[in-house]
Amino acid sequence: MSYLENTVKTVPSGFGKVLYLNWGLALLLTAVASVGFLMLYSVAGGSFSPWAEPQMKRYILGFAVMLVVAMVPIWFWRHMSIVAYIVSILLLVAVDLVGVTSKGAQRWIDLGFMRLQPSELMKITLIMLLAAYYDWLPLKRVSRPIWIIIPIIIILLPVALVLRQPDLGTSILLLAGGGLVMFVAGVHWGYFAAVFAAVVGLVKAVFSSRGTDWQLLKDYQYKRIDTFLDPSTDPLGTGYHITQSKIALGSGGWTGKGFMQGTQSRLNFLPEKHTDFIFTTLAEEFGFIGGFSLLGLYVLVIVFCFATAMTNKDRFSSLLTMGVAITFFLFFVVNMAMVMGLAPVVGVPLPMVSYGGSAMLILMIGFGLVQSAHVHKPR
Amino acid sequence: MKRPPKDNEASQKIMTRRGLILGGAQLGLVGVLAGRMRYMQVDQADEFRLLADENRINLRLIPPSRGRIYDRNGVIIAENAPSYRINMIREEADDVEEVIDRLARIIELDPDELERALKDLKKLRGDTPVTVADRVSWDDVSRVAVNTPALPGIVPEVGLSRHYPTGYDYAHVIGYVGPVNDRDLETIDAPDALLLIPRFQIGKIGLEKRREDTLRGKAGNKRVEVNAAGRVMRELERVEGQAGADIQVTINDQLQAYVNSRLEGQSAAAVVMDCENGDLLACVSAPSYDPNLFVRGISSTNYNALLENKYRPLPNKVVQGVYPPGSTFKMVTALAALESGNANLGETVYCPGHLQVSGRRFHCWKRGGHGSVDLLRSLRESCDVYYYEMARRTGIEKISEMARLLGLGTVHDLPMTSVAKGLAPTKDWKQINRDEAWQVGDSVNASIGQGFVLASPLQLAVMSARLATGRSVEPRLIKSIDGVEQPPLPGEDLGLNPRYLHAVREAMFEVSNSRRGTAYRSRIIEETLRMAGKTGTSQVRNISAAERAAGVRRNSDLPWERRDHALFVNFAPYDNPKVAVAVVVEHGGGGSKAAAPIARDITLQALYDGDPPLEAYPAKDRENIEAQQEEYQKKRPNRSKPRQDRA
Repeated sequence: MSYLENTVKTVPSGFGKVLYLNWGLALLLTAVASVGFLMLYSVAGGSFSPWAEPQMKRYILGFAVMLVVAMVPIWFWRHMSIVAYIVSILLLVAVDLVGVTSKGAQRWIDLGFMRLQPSELMKITLIMLLAAYYDWLPLKRVSRPIWIIIPIIIILLPVALVLRQPDLGTSILLLAGGGLVMFVAGVHWGYFAAVFAAVVGLVKAVFSSRGTDWQLLKDYQYKRIDTFLDPSTDPLGTGYHITQSKIALGSGGWTGKGFMQGTQSRLNFLPEKHTDFIFTTLAEEFGFIGGFSLLGLYVLVIVFCFATAMTNKDRFSSLLTMGVAITFFLFFVVNMAMVMGLAPVVGVPLPMVSYGGSAMLILMIGFGLVQSAHVHKPR
Repeated sequence: MKRPPKDNEASQKIMTRRGLILGGAQLGLVGVLAGRMRYMQVDQADEFRLLADENRINLRLIPPSRGRIYDRNGVIIAENAPSYRINMIREEADDVEEVIDRLARIIELDPDELERALKDLKKLRGDTPVTVADRVSWDDVSRVAVNTPALPGIVPEVGLSRHYPTGYDYAHVIGYVGPVNDRDLETIDAPDALLLIPRFQIGKIGLEKRREDTLRGKAGNKRVEVNAAGRVMRELERVEGQAGADIQVTINDQLQAYVNSRLEGQSAAAVVMDCENGDLLACVSAPSYDPNLFVRGISSTNYNALLENKYRPLPNKVVQGVYPPGSTFKMVTALAALESGNANLGETVYCPGHLQVSGRRFHCWKRGGHGSVDLLRSLRESCDVYYYEMARRTGIEKISEMARLLGLGTVHDLPMTSVAKGLAPTKDWKQINRDEAWQVGDSVNASIGQGFVLASPLQLAVMSARLATGRSVEPRLIKSIDGVEQPPLPGEDLGLNPRYLHAVREAMFEVSNSRRGTAYRSRIIEETLRMAGKTGTSQVRNISAAERAAGVRRNSDLPWERRDHALFVNFAPYDNPKVAVAVVVEHGGGGSKAAAPIARDITLQALYDGDPPLEAYPAKDRENIEAQQEEYQKKRPNRSKPRQDRA
């Protein structure tokens, strides 16, 4: 009996697939998104406009997209991964040429009806291609140097393009996400140890290059590092954001100031309160209990993904699911670390909660793939 | 692609292991985040809460309302009127120039003020309100308020500003307030936080300055919640301050207005004092100016006009102006001679028109001389030689001592700015200040109020009051503070011989009631109110021997600034003195012609507390006075009755 015959027999088909969806995960995502609606309603001063309402519409759209993606057999996506990757790379190149400049970085392509952020798309397509690569590669070759070089190129190409925009946050996320997929795929420990040593060296290089001709980062990025290390050096400029964010978070206490009672956000002391810093509003208004609950929801999303990944016999499905979960994890960890003053302000939104269309849509596509893997699991 | 089942199994094993490791690491990171969150929100919560409150809560001062000033009958002299201004906050205006453009279409904007405002808008922080239009009418404010949706960043503001409803009448007595400036702050050691409020008004001159502490009051404060742009969202708590104390002055508004009008067109000073308790009933320096011009800062054009006016409107001539008192000083010389035993009451001196003292010839104003004169005649006809002789005998020390006893050459502590001391000279004074020995001739000059002697109109009025009562009456300006009556200053007995005092008073009575008196033309007919006075004409130039030989030129032929000062002092009624008056008309010519009629008119107004009946005046003057009264009624119709504005 061939593998194909086996899968055809045991995989649900038609509308029956809907029953096989991972409804727990879908419910969790909706819960997380609802926290977002609630907070967007609050930071707008108790109003659905301008943020909560569009965000809800986008979530409904995203949910539909997720279902559509989930209905398509996972092997179709496996075949498509190389195409998706190449399209993403081309879009990244295009954004360099015709992109819209915002906040000193070129990130968007204005499509008229929405602003496409190719670097967001890249996060998913990179994972897809890596998963497909390791699915194709026989296990015994995984740790061979020649077969290591290929995924490294696959990762570094978009990282370099995103870094050019420049968007430090997304490039770090791409690098870490790709690296971790390689780790899960079983690449030998030694490589990671070597990379770790290299990163330490690079950090040293970045700092020692400062102020010289071969300066590696932009001035504003150095400034962000400075303010991260000591926010008080620039209390009215860049440091203002993180200081105000910490004040908002800390002043929430155990139970918070109450829904729509957060003084820091309501009185505009918080910067970017509807996007990158939305977690602070939650922590201010609902306190430690509220913040910890959201963290718990996030952890549950990861647990659900890992659980389905580990029980999936299909290597591509398994790797892809873990890859999406890792990307999701990196999103919220970096964002939370950022608003708590544990990481530099790099401009990473809180996944599913921060206001923003393309990030949410991309994530929902990612979870669509996870669902597809779940539905089309070999049983 | 088909995979050998063994490979698949191995792959799953590896992935599970690696996945668990990764999951563990992830949990660890989440633990760090949760720990950090707990640390910040639980352990450090109080600190952050404090910081959040510091962010949002601002302590703002509430300026107290300044104490008002009333006249003795409750007429308002200084009040606080609402004043409107239009402020702009750059941060809230998207396009400053566009908004200003729209504003200019709604109300009229002063180009100078606008230019300064635009400069400030560029320079200052984005959340600082900048005044683009000050002293805006209520109509304009409401027009702006209606249009606020189209004018982002425009905030109309209402505050209290000092207003002097009868400005000109009180400019010198009450003074004025003005916006606090750096120079003011330098002179104060520990400035009240209120003074740091931009444009806060403090007393700059006069009573407003001298009683600043009484009038200012204490600041209250309020805790307000502000947003990040500094805009007040709501008030959390309010501690009311204390309004400044109201001051009631001794001035009679009706009389003050009359005196102002009577002195119009002259450079003059007049003061009316209550003989019994020293209350200043009127205190006028002419010409005056509008203190309201100074309240928000006077323009340089207006200020220069005041500075360049040759009649000098700015100083308060009543207390700041010092003049040689001329013949009004003769009572001092006479009393000094009598009290020191250098003269007797019945004694006569022969006046040939001059007196030779140590080789110099001192002339009497009457060329041919008065012949034999006693005290009564010498005062009545203002013979100079009599006093030359008295000074020669008595010496300057006794004369100056008497002057000081009568209130000349000493400072009367009134809450006004630059109260002058005048000068009652002594031998030591000349030695120190002029580095010359005192000459007998100096005493002779001083005896008729010339030479070194200087007195302010206020001091002359005090002298008159003291002669009238025999007590050391002190002038007083403040009647009550916040309804609490201040003690009057009737003064102790001067210790002068009543016989001598009586003789001097009698002589002063003759001055304005005897046909031969120098002020006879300005007498009062009403018998119960008749006054006693003394004319004075003080030279501002030296008359050379050559000029005297050619005939002294008449005052009217001289340029204004070289004419004599005209003075008159008096008290009335003679039998029961109630008011003492001093009038100085700068370069007015003779005292009997220029000053005495004014003093008489003022005295009558004061005694009748309003327009006196024409019967009180000499028949010759009545027509004139009637016309004068009519004109005055026309000019100030609303001032005929005192307004009872006080609650």
